[in-house]
Amino acid sequence: MMEIGLTHYLVLATILFAIGLVGVLRRKNLLLLFMASEILLNSVNVAFAAIGHYLGDLTGQMFAFFVIAIAASEVAVGLGLLIVWYKRTGSIDLDTLTSMRG
Amino acid sequence: MEAIAFYLFAILTIVMFTYTVMSNQALYALSSMAAGMIFISAFFFLLGADFLGVVQIIVYTGAVMALYAFGMMFFDSTREVRENNSPKIVVLTLSALSAVLIIAIVVAPIIGDNIAALYPQSEFVSNPKAVGIVLFTKYLVPFEVAAVMLLVAMIAGIVLAGKKMDRSLTQMKEEEIALLKNNDSEGKVTL
Amino acid sequence: MEMYLYIALFAPLTGSLFAALFGASPKTLWTGVVTSGLLFASFVSSVTLFFHLFAGAEPIHVEMMTWMQTGSLYIPFGFLVDQVSATMMIVVTTVSTVVHVYAIGYMDHDRAFNRFFAWLSAFVFSMMVLVMSDNFAGLFIGWEGVGLCSWALIGFWYHKESATWAANEAFIMNRIADLGMLIGIFLIYWNVGSLQYDDVFAAVPTLDTSVLTLMAIFLFIGAMGKSAQFPLHTWLADAMEGPTPVSALIHAATMVTAGVYLVVRANPLYSLVPDVGYFIAGLGAFVALFAATMALVNRDIKRIIAYSTLSQLGYMFVAAGLGAYWVALFHLMAHAFFKALLFLGAGNVMHAMDDELDPFKMGGLYKVMKWTAILMILASVALAGIWPLAGFFSKDKILEAAFSSHHYIIWGILWVTAGLTAFYSFRLIMLTFFSGEERYKTYGFHPHEAYKFMLWAMAPLAVLAVIAGWFEHPFVHFVTELLPTFEFHTEDVAGMLIVVTSLMALGGIAVAVYLYKDGLLNPKIQQTAVYKLLANQYYIPKFYDEFIAKPYAELSAIFWKQIDLKVVDFMVDFIATSIYKTGEATHTMQNGNLSSMLRWMVVGVVILLLAAVAFAFGLQVAG
Repeated sequence: MMEIGLTHYLVLATILFAIGLVGVLRRKNLLLLFMASEILLNSVNVAFAAIGHYLGDLTGQMFAFFVIAIAASEVAVGLGLLIVWYKRTGSIDLDTLTSMRG
Repeated sequence: MEAIAFYLFAILTIVMFTYTVMSNQALYALSSMAAGMIFISAFFFLLGADFLGVVQIIVYTGAVMALYAFGMMFFDSTREVRENNSPKIVVLTLSALSAVLIIAIVVAPIIGDNIAALYPQSEFVSNPKAVGIVLFTKYLVPFEVAAVMLLVAMIAGIVLAGKKMDRSLTQMKEEEIALLKNNDSEGKVTL
Repeated sequence: MEMYLYIALFAPLTGSLFAALFGASPKTLWTGVVTSGLLFASFVSSVTLFFHLFAGAEPIHVEMMTWMQTGSLYIPFGFLVDQVSATMMIVVTTVSTVVHVYAIGYMDHDRAFNRFFAWLSAFVFSMMVLVMSDNFAGLFIGWEGVGLCSWALIGFWYHKESATWAANEAFIMNRIADLGMLIGIFLIYWNVGSLQYDDVFAAVPTLDTSVLTLMAIFLFIGAMGKSAQFPLHTWLADAMEGPTPVSALIHAATMVTAGVYLVVRANPLYSLVPDVGYFIAGLGAFVALFAATMALVNRDIKRIIAYSTLSQLGYMFVAAGLGAYWVALFHLMAHAFFKALLFLGAGNVMHAMDDELDPFKMGGLYKVMKWTAILMILASVALAGIWPLAGFFSKDKILEAAFSSHHYIIWGILWVTAGLTAFYSFRLIMLTFFSGEERYKTYGFHPHEAYKFMLWAMAPLAVLAVIAGWFEHPFVHFVTELLPTFEFHTEDVAGMLIVVTSLMALGGIAVAVYLYKDGLLNPKIQQTAVYKLLANQYYIPKFYDEFIAKPYAELSAIFWKQIDLKVVDFMVDFIATSIYKTGEATHTMQNGNLSSMLRWMVVGVVILLLAAVAFAFGLQVAG
């Protein structure tokens, strides 16, 4: 138990991923939904960095780096869209987003 | 030492993120999220990814959470967030199930023995230097593409959120601006 | 010469197709004229071919094209004109031409004039295929074709329920018999390997007797249906629902004789199994007597004539069964002529009496319809077998054949039947044309003679009915080039037989004339049990209805309700409704609600993960 190996980090990443999943499924407020998806991305970053460290490869950190970049731009565009939606319908509740029914 | 740090930060991170997803108050959720980001960067430092840890603090905690804070101010979400009664059992079951499965996958001895490192870490070069070398030689193209993507995201953000962009104040003459102000009896125009 | 074959075969088809073009239009005289003309061309070709063969030429055998060639089965569309088929062709085309011309007048006021001629010519074409084909498969095609056309023609006035019922009865009974015929054909193919007449008749002597017996029996079952032998006879009387020209052509001269033709054509087969032949002869004799008794008391002129046809068919089968094939063919030919004449005359009477069929309501029509009466008397005398008309020669030969084969019981039955035949024929004549007062006047009928051209059309038949018997010797000489001769061992008693038979026939005529000259018989006779038995056709139709038709209908209803509706329909509906219900149940997945969609996404992720774990686990276990 004392020796922290790759497995520990991966289990941690999994737990964080599950927490993020709960958040995505549960949240009705769109803003908080986005935050929960950020948790998902973070857990994956931890996993990448850990694998990179324990295999002695820099590729993991590179991946995590690009994920961060992408997440940042995603937040920018996502919030922009959210603003437009709010201006149109005045609410950011998830249940109002039903125009794409099958 | 490392173990203590790992467990401490692990527990802290989990608690913070759980609070984020479970809380009823939007402000508390936001704050605990920011804290969680910081603790994640601690992990990066533990793993010897110094550059990544700093980038995490700057970008995530600094920029992204700030964006969320602005968004919260804009949307007037300080009120209590009402959640309708979604079946909690379904959600928890699904998440637990996926967690268990992924853990099963990672715990099982799936790590191969003959994986050769593509860009090996070196003891003699500090981490930022190594990252820089790899980033600007091997990962140059993704880097440039990411730069373009960030540019596009920025423009998109401006277009989506901006208002009255068909009129440019800096290119109008003084008289037109005065005219605009006089004609505005309802206080619609904001200069 | 092949040209004449093709003309004889395809002219009726051309006429039929031509008339069919106008099938839905109101009456156009040209359809009748053109079809009659084409049939006349067919007749001329048949006569040419006949005389060609008579002059001593070889039979003409053409193969038009291949129909089927699969594996070792080879069936061509081939046609053969030899002595037997030439005789049949002459009979068919003569009677058909006369009937076509007659029908132009008979169907004068009918709305479906064109359709009638289309079906009539189609029937003639099928019959020609039947008699001209050179293999059993072609025979069967013609067999089915005449069955179909006869169905359409019996049920021609399809608005009448009795007509459609009779048509269905005829067709179904024929189909039941056709099953037997098919089995016979299969047996032939299985044992011989080919369906061509040449190959079959060459191979037949080498086969086992039991196989030959089976073949003969099954083929005869098919003939029983077509020629209305007991027990498949009820359709013939009911088939009188069709127009009278149909009865004249189909149920006197052509279709019903197809069974006799089959036995005559397959004579090499039947010669080798004389026991089957004896059975056929016995059955024929039974039918002859059976039908004659039913005709004694019938009150429908067409039915009387129909039973008389049935009776004469029995005679033909007696001849064929005893091995006297040329005698059967000869009687077939003569019978066709005078029976068709009888039917056409009855048609005239019916037309005059507004389609009234009961002779008890007629009487004394001689004054109004002299020529029809004369023609019908001529035909009846020929039917009764009085010298020198045609019936005498042919019937007499059959009786001689029976006597000389020492089948005295059969001879006795046929002898009695000859008397009965004469009796009921003249009963009909007396009741319709003579017998004192004119009963029809009390029923308000205004009869008139038929059109002149119809009488002229009937004239050739009358002539043939008179003279056909005189050509017995040339006919025998001609036909026995193909058919086997029959040894008559009756040189010493031949004269006696002729006298006895003629006395019986004359006696029958005398009794009929005496009984009916003043009118109806004692009505009390109608109450007796024997009368009732005969009048109800021995209650056989009722028996069939009660014990065969009704249970079958019940069984079909059960199959429909219990099996078809409940099982088959249910399964098909079940597939459809289950798909539909699945769709309905799952369409809530796409309600546009993002959180539920996210939930479904996670469900998908979980399933994929499960698959990954299972796969890896399986690999590990296998590896």
